Amino acid sequence: MGHISLNQVSKSFGDVNVIPPLNLEINDGEFVVFVGPSGCGKSTLLRLIAGLEDVSDGKILIDGTDATITPPAKRGLSMVFQSYALYPHMSVRKNIAFPLKMAGVEKEEATRRVEAAAKVLNLTEYLNRRPGQLSGGQRQRVAIGRAIVREPKAFLFDEPLSNLDAALRVNMRIEITELHRDLTTTMIYVTHDQVEAMTMADKIVVLNEGRIEQVGSPLKLYREPANLFVAGFIGSPRMNFITGAAAEKQGAHTLGIRPEHLTVSNSAGEWTGKVGVAEHLGSDTFLRIHLDDGSTITARGDGDFEAEHGTTVWLSPDAEKFHRFDASGMRLN
Amino acid sequence: MARAVSTRRKTSFTVAAWAVSFLIFFPILWTFLTGFKTEGEAIASPPSFLFFDWNLSAYEAVNQRSDYPKHFFNSVIISFGSTALGLLIAIPAAWAMAFVPAKHTKDILMWMLSTKMLPPVGVLIPIFLIFRDTGLLDTRTGLVIVLTLINLPIIIWMLFTYFREIPGEVLEAARMDGASLRNEILYVLTPMAVPGIASTLLLNVILAWNEAFWTLNLTAADAAPLTAFIAAFSSPEGLFYAKLSAASTMAIAPIVILGWFSQKQLVRGMTFGAVK
Repeated sequence: MGHISLNQVSKSFGDVNVIPPLNLEINDGEFVVFVGPSGCGKSTLLRLIAGLEDVSDGKILIDGTDATITPPAKRGLSMVFQSYALYPHMSVRKNIAFPLKMAGVEKEEATRRVEAAAKVLNLTEYLNRRPGQLSGGQRQRVAIGRAIVREPKAFLFDEPLSNLDAALRVNMRIEITELHRDLTTTMIYVTHDQVEAMTMADKIVVLNEGRIEQVGSPLKLYREPANLFVAGFIGSPRMNFITGAAAEKQGAHTLGIRPEHLTVSNSAGEWTGKVGVAEHLGSDTFLRIHLDDGSTITARGDGDFEAEHGTTVWLSPDAEKFHRFDASGMRLN
Repeated sequence: MARAVSTRRKTSFTVAAWAVSFLIFFPILWTFLTGFKTEGEAIASPPSFLFFDWNLSAYEAVNQRSDYPKHFFNSVIISFGSTALGLLIAIPAAWAMAFVPAKHTKDILMWMLSTKMLPPVGVLIPIFLIFRDTGLLDTRTGLVIVLTLINLPIIIWMLFTYFREIPGEVLEAARMDGASLRNEILYVLTPMAVPGIASTLLLNVILAWNEAFWTLNLTAADAAPLTAFIAAFSSPEGLFYAKLSAASTMAIAPIVILGWFSQKQLVRGMTFGAVK
């Protein structure tokens, strides 16, 4: 079981209110990702759930039991830290076994579980090494191993991949997703990387300045962002926002259109402008275009689209994919 | 070419380092050598460096005139006692300041350090009077107390610096792994802090061993440590360089040996955790 429920939870550091009262339900077995820009309070929220920070007000329920003032050791949650936070003076084996030792698990049983976890994470041959003798990816695996041996109610991940290089990050992302599929334990994952959020989550919680902007499945957030913030944060390259006459024509204060929903042409289209920067990625071509009305827009063409700085291009938006927002930035249906 | 330049640079740095080390070490070497001279050779001009009549007369005279084992024992009790007591107070203090800093932790640390800037003679009279009235004059207990207080700021600062290097996330990980405060201290924090505690201990034993102002002013006979033992040979009855040197050599020998065997820890201690 791993149902976590936040009721009117808030957090202040001194006079600074970092998390205004919020409510959130995390269902058993769900993979929930907290995403948002730096300083949006996502790590603080995770630490509140972990018990590493005290809530200023509100209640945290874990499996229906009030855990608001329960110390972290007694909440039955495991955490993987950004810095891995391994015990430098212990071998990999002892690091992974530590939670079992604290729980008073019998030695034979502990050895069996440590070896099983090591096997899953490809750490068997490193069990007698110290963390200092491991690479970043291996350390991360040890941290995950330490989290899984205990069979917790839920896993908490605090930006666990941000210290890894790009290739390793993609691999670990897939491994964590597979781990979730195998264990079916609740996972709460904090990241500022919207690609991680989109690819891993069952449910994304978008945070901004401590407030929840929107909660939903990755595709729901992509297709129906509740406001300008979510619209701009989810999707890469980010959504284009158009104001003025073009928006008013659609009955909106701000009109949003994603770069992939614009058709780029060398000959004809609804809007025209000159290419500022063309990024040829092989599979796609991203164009930063200065429109004749003075605004700038990003569009995605296919990989073969020929364009360079100064080329005149035409754009045709897919009208069905317009996102309309009112003056306060909220979505209009 | 680049290689040749770097070799030359390396050589000149090595020579310079040896020269500076020799310059620093020279007074100790000179003291050591003088201890084996007669009083006449000790003041001879020009002085002889190595080619003199090596003899133990100064050591014999020193041993006849004073009770070295007693002073040595006093020094051991005072330096290790004050360091142990200091650590007992400083570990929890540094712990609290490093891991649960309050609003004025930095100010308290600075205030503690500022007490080291006060000339000790400024508080000699009040302390002397307190010691007289409480019967602590010329007792080892009295010296342990005063040296603990004198060195406490240094001990707390050193430990604070070491504890600060221990990443808080590791302690949080222990908490998440189900460790109680006792287990967190026992299995995670202490093993990680041992090198820091060891170098603090060593450095403070040396500081206390060499402390002369308070040990000379607050003792007479019973509790006098090795500093008083040396001072006894620089008496107004005349300058006896050979005996003074012999006494100095005997006083510093134990701490030099201790320092030699713990060089690695000491260097780390003296760089105050600045080099990671």
